[in-house]
Amino acid sequence: MTILLVAEHDHQHLDATFAHLLGAVQSLGQELVVLVAGHHCAAVAAEAAAYQSVGTVWLVEAPAFEHPLAEQLSPVLAQLAHDCEYLVMAATTLGKNILPRTAALLGVSQVSDVTAIVSPDTFEHPIYAGNAVETVQILDKQKILSIRATAFAAATGQQASCPVEKPAVQIPDCPTRFVRRELSQSVRPDLTNAKIIVSGGRGLQSKEQFKLVEDLADKLGAALGASRAAVDAGFISNDHQVGQTGKIVAPKLYFAIGISGAIQHVAGIKDAQIIVAINKDENAPIFQIANYGLVGDLFEVVPKLVLELQQRGLCKC
Amino acid sequence: MKILVTVKRVIDPYARIRVNTDQSEIETRNVKMAMNPFDEIALEAALRLRESQIAQEVIVLTIGPEVCQETLRHGLALGADRAILVRSDDAHCSFNRAKILQKTILQENPDLVLMGKQAIDDDNNQTPQMLAGLLNWPQITFASQLEISGRELTVTREIDQGLELLQTTLPAVVSVDLRLNQPRYASLPNIMKAKQKPLQIIELDSLGLNLQTHIKMVKIKNPSRRPGGMMVESVTALLDKLQYEAKVLP
Repeated sequence: MTILLVAEHDHQHLDATFAHLLGAVQSLGQELVVLVAGHHCAAVAAEAAAYQSVGTVWLVEAPAFEHPLAEQLSPVLAQLAHDCEYLVMAATTLGKNILPRTAALLGVSQVSDVTAIVSPDTFEHPIYAGNAVETVQILDKQKILSIRATAFAAATGQQASCPVEKPAVQIPDCPTRFVRRELSQSVRPDLTNAKIIVSGGRGLQSKEQFKLVEDLADKLGAALGASRAAVDAGFISNDHQVGQTGKIVAPKLYFAIGISGAIQHVAGIKDAQIIVAINKDENAPIFQIANYGLVGDLFEVVPKLVLELQQRGLCKC
Repeated sequence: MKILVTVKRVIDPYARIRVNTDQSEIETRNVKMAMNPFDEIALEAALRLRESQIAQEVIVLTIGPEVCQETLRHGLALGADRAILVRSDDAHCSFNRAKILQKTILQENPDLVLMGKQAIDDDNNQTPQMLAGLLNWPQITFASQLEISGRELTVTREIDQGLELLQTTLPAVVSVDLRLNQPRYASLPNIMKAKQKPLQIIELDSLGLNLQTHIKMVKIKNPSRRPGGMMVESVTALLDKLQYEAKVLP
């Protein structure tokens, strides 16, 4: 019996979630096959083949998979996963889009957002925006899991490359077509694998004043985040949203600035190593989970912080 | 054009979530219930399409016990034309929900199925994709903008890297994200009118489905809490802590 792990990538490199998924499935102790589906992505397959514990890499290259659609990738996954006991993907927007459709084609259910593997058929995952954790047992023979990458340590071991095979697959036609992507242009690090994240909330009051946290982020070489309240108020675009309905993050250092700490935001940051909260309301719930809290007017505190970072020689620029 | 919107009765998003004492469920006694907020966004999108004369009929559908009629009446008060309750007292996993929906959709033949991207109780984010797979229809998830011209559907969807624009043809399943629209409120006259609108009840057993149990709930627990931290008095004290105690700044 095998685990089929679908690797996420940009056709050149593996996504940061990959090593975490490898770490997650290690306890299942089964033969591991990694699928790399894309267009001109042999380099990604080679990269995956060098990770310890990977038994085989399946490389599926097709123009259709340059921007994979669920209508085409899910049936291909269902063909390839036919004899596998586990099918796993990261709980990213790609995994969320592709995996449930595949489960339905295989006639089984799925567990989303797995944060712990209790036993070979029993898993934990958060429900109610992280307000509770549910343990579920899968009764199906095939187990389909989307995995919250930040909940598992990354596997790092390397090996002499395992075989890369090219299985034959049938890609169905479909009426859906990809038109374009508008990638958020940013010189800052990506939220999901940043060491430091600086996030701003409604306390920033306006789009212009949100620049204050952007400035701090740049000084620290940090990724830029935001609460849902700040995104909904139009201070910043939605791809910066941290929380249960945005991105789940796990940096070494997280600054929550002018963020009250709504449960849906807290659910997205609780794996951060150190949380710093700066808020003028001393009763804000964010202080209950912050390692270090500073009560004060952020419009005074943040410029002071930037100044003192410079004085201490801790700025990246 | 006929649009079907699926809705789910969930604990009100502003209510406190409490795990019951024997860790078998989330307490729902004396807790305010509401329509899943993502489903309200889906319904709002359907209503706007009807108001711009692209759609002629909007149906709200739910699966659940008798009490879910409340949720459907709320949907009717918001403006849906009629409602369907697939009556079942059992809890169903997403896959079984998708199978039930597939069966009713084949009877109703809608041109478009609009659904919330996830329910805020189980947070699964599965049923729309599963339904689309079972129907072998196009699926577009996490829609933040939606346009229909004839049988052509153009959707902007939210992805981790930014936005993606897709085009497809009807019939299709679309799941909606937060930023698609701001749902309206039900007015008192419309709440009164909703009582007269048709609400059809279909017994689950009458659909002739063979539903198996795929997932067993073992227990529900409270999340682990981060230990409470300390307050610092100044920026200098904060940076000292970060630099020398936590050692997270170089």
